[in-house]
Amino acid sequence: MDIRIENLTKKYGGQRAVDQISFEVRTGEIVGFLGPNGAGKTTTMRMITGFIAPTEGSIYIGGKLLEDHADEIKRHIGYLPENNPLYPDMPVIDYLEYVAGLQGIAREEVFPRVVEMIRITGLNPEKHKKIGELSKGYRQRVGLAQAMIHDPDILIMDEPTSGLDPNQIVEIRKLIRELGRQKTVILSTHILPEVEATCDRILIINRGKIVADGTSELLRKQASGAEILRVRIEEGEPNAIFKALKGLPSTAQVGFIDGQQDRFEIQCQSGSNAAREVFQLCVEQKWVLTEMIPFETKLEDIFRKLTTN
Amino acid sequence: MHTIWIVTKREFRSFFDSLIAYVMLILFLGISGFFTWLFGTDVFLIGQASLGAFFSIAYWTLFFFIPALTMRLLAEEYRSGTIELLLTRAVTDRQVIIGKFLSTLLLITVALAFTIPYVITIGGIGNLDVGAVICGYLGLLLMSAAYISIGMWASSVTRNQIVAYLAALFIGIFFHLFFGMLATGFTGFAGKLFQSLSMREHFDSISRGVLDSGDLVYFLSLIVLGLFLSEVSLARRNLKA
Repeated sequence: MDIRIENLTKKYGGQRAVDQISFEVRTGEIVGFLGPNGAGKTTTMRMITGFIAPTEGSIYIGGKLLEDHADEIKRHIGYLPENNPLYPDMPVIDYLEYVAGLQGIAREEVFPRVVEMIRITGLNPEKHKKIGELSKGYRQRVGLAQAMIHDPDILIMDEPTSGLDPNQIVEIRKLIRELGRQKTVILSTHILPEVEATCDRILIINRGKIVADGTSELLRKQASGAEILRVRIEEGEPNAIFKALKGLPSTAQVGFIDGQQDRFEIQCQSGSNAAREVFQLCVEQKWVLTEMIPFETKLEDIFRKLTTN
Repeated sequence: MHTIWIVTKREFRSFFDSLIAYVMLILFLGISGFFTWLFGTDVFLIGQASLGAFFSIAYWTLFFFIPALTMRLLAEEYRSGTIELLLTRAVTDRQVIIGKFLSTLLLITVALAFTIPYVITIGGIGNLDVGAVICGYLGLLLMSAAYISIGMWASSVTRNQIVAYLAALFIGIFFHLFFGMLATGFTGFAGKLFQSLSMREHFDSISRGVLDSGDLVYFLSLIVLGLFLSEVSLARRNLKA
């Protein structure tokens, strides 16, 4: 099922939490929603899941308008809200059975589905405990299990890995990738490596507007323009090396890194790469090239550039 | 219908999961039993085979207990954020409200069912007016339903359970006591109006064994009004402002 969003706006009081955003998510795509806190990620997700109604604009899911077919569409959406709210007094199995029932799973299929989800999310050792007695990582698994119990076509997750330790993050990410293989997934996060690791596409949202949309490579290219090389050249006179590097046709700028005598940062002319020329130069001059690192613009930098004013 | 039942079942169980149900049952049976059998104007003092003593105690104990049951119904879901999960399921706001209402009513029914031994015992002592007993229980159930409905509304406007409890009591005390008191202080139309709003008036009339359509209308309109306002207050999140 695909998602199409047109001119979506949500006002709280006079403030626009989400301001005229439009985008599409194709069937089977995993989209990462990035943005600073308060940018409108959660509000957008709440509108897509039908929890709150938009002030203006329309949401089409599988080609159908959400407002008009809410009951039908809700059955195809799995949702993991921010902070993973759960009933602490309820035992895990009871809770999953409850959710399965609410999502309209036929009575005789409820138990097999619950067993299956417990197996997939690795909840087996904890299944008889009350949710409130579980560790955070297991609680997150319960959250994922409840979101996917009815095998939804669309999965929407608001910060699925927040508050987990690094091992748990890796596990949950793996789960999301496995379970989301045939699903349309939207997940929000502000952990940047996470989007790169899990998502096909990135949407960056700031102050209620979409400021970037594309794959991480595309965003990187747009943001940096020119490539940057970091090199270390030894056994030469630093100033001579500096001048020689600067004289290469494909370099735009050269600088010392951290004031060290043998390390240089080369910014290439846009559209060309100085790596070959640097190597040839060193061979000619009998300098020793010990390091050459193509320096990628980090997603963090792109994010900061787009979301600070 | 099935969806409502799923909500009801889970809410009913959560009363027991969180031990509220046990505390409530023990206190209710303890207090009403104590005053029915042992103390004050109890059965032996009156010297009649009547459950009047029990009904007038239950009239007050339920008044205080019901807000304690209803205060968490929605306030807790708002506070913990589970409301978001609940309402993004394939359920409507109305199904959630009705489901929660029925679960609390079911718990009250269970509490009242535990007092059936009182009926049997008194029936064994003397000649019991069975019709009046049935009507008395019906009156208690209708009154409970009305207060659950009010309590649910109170719980739907705040995320603080204490506020929900006090708001429900505050609204309830007007119906329970004040309107009746005001009715005696006024004459003419105002007096009639307050009298017709007084819970005591309608409860007494039913527990005397008279089933009047006016009483039923009174209880049903309180119930429907409370449920309707709760639904409205859930739907407030969709305001386009």
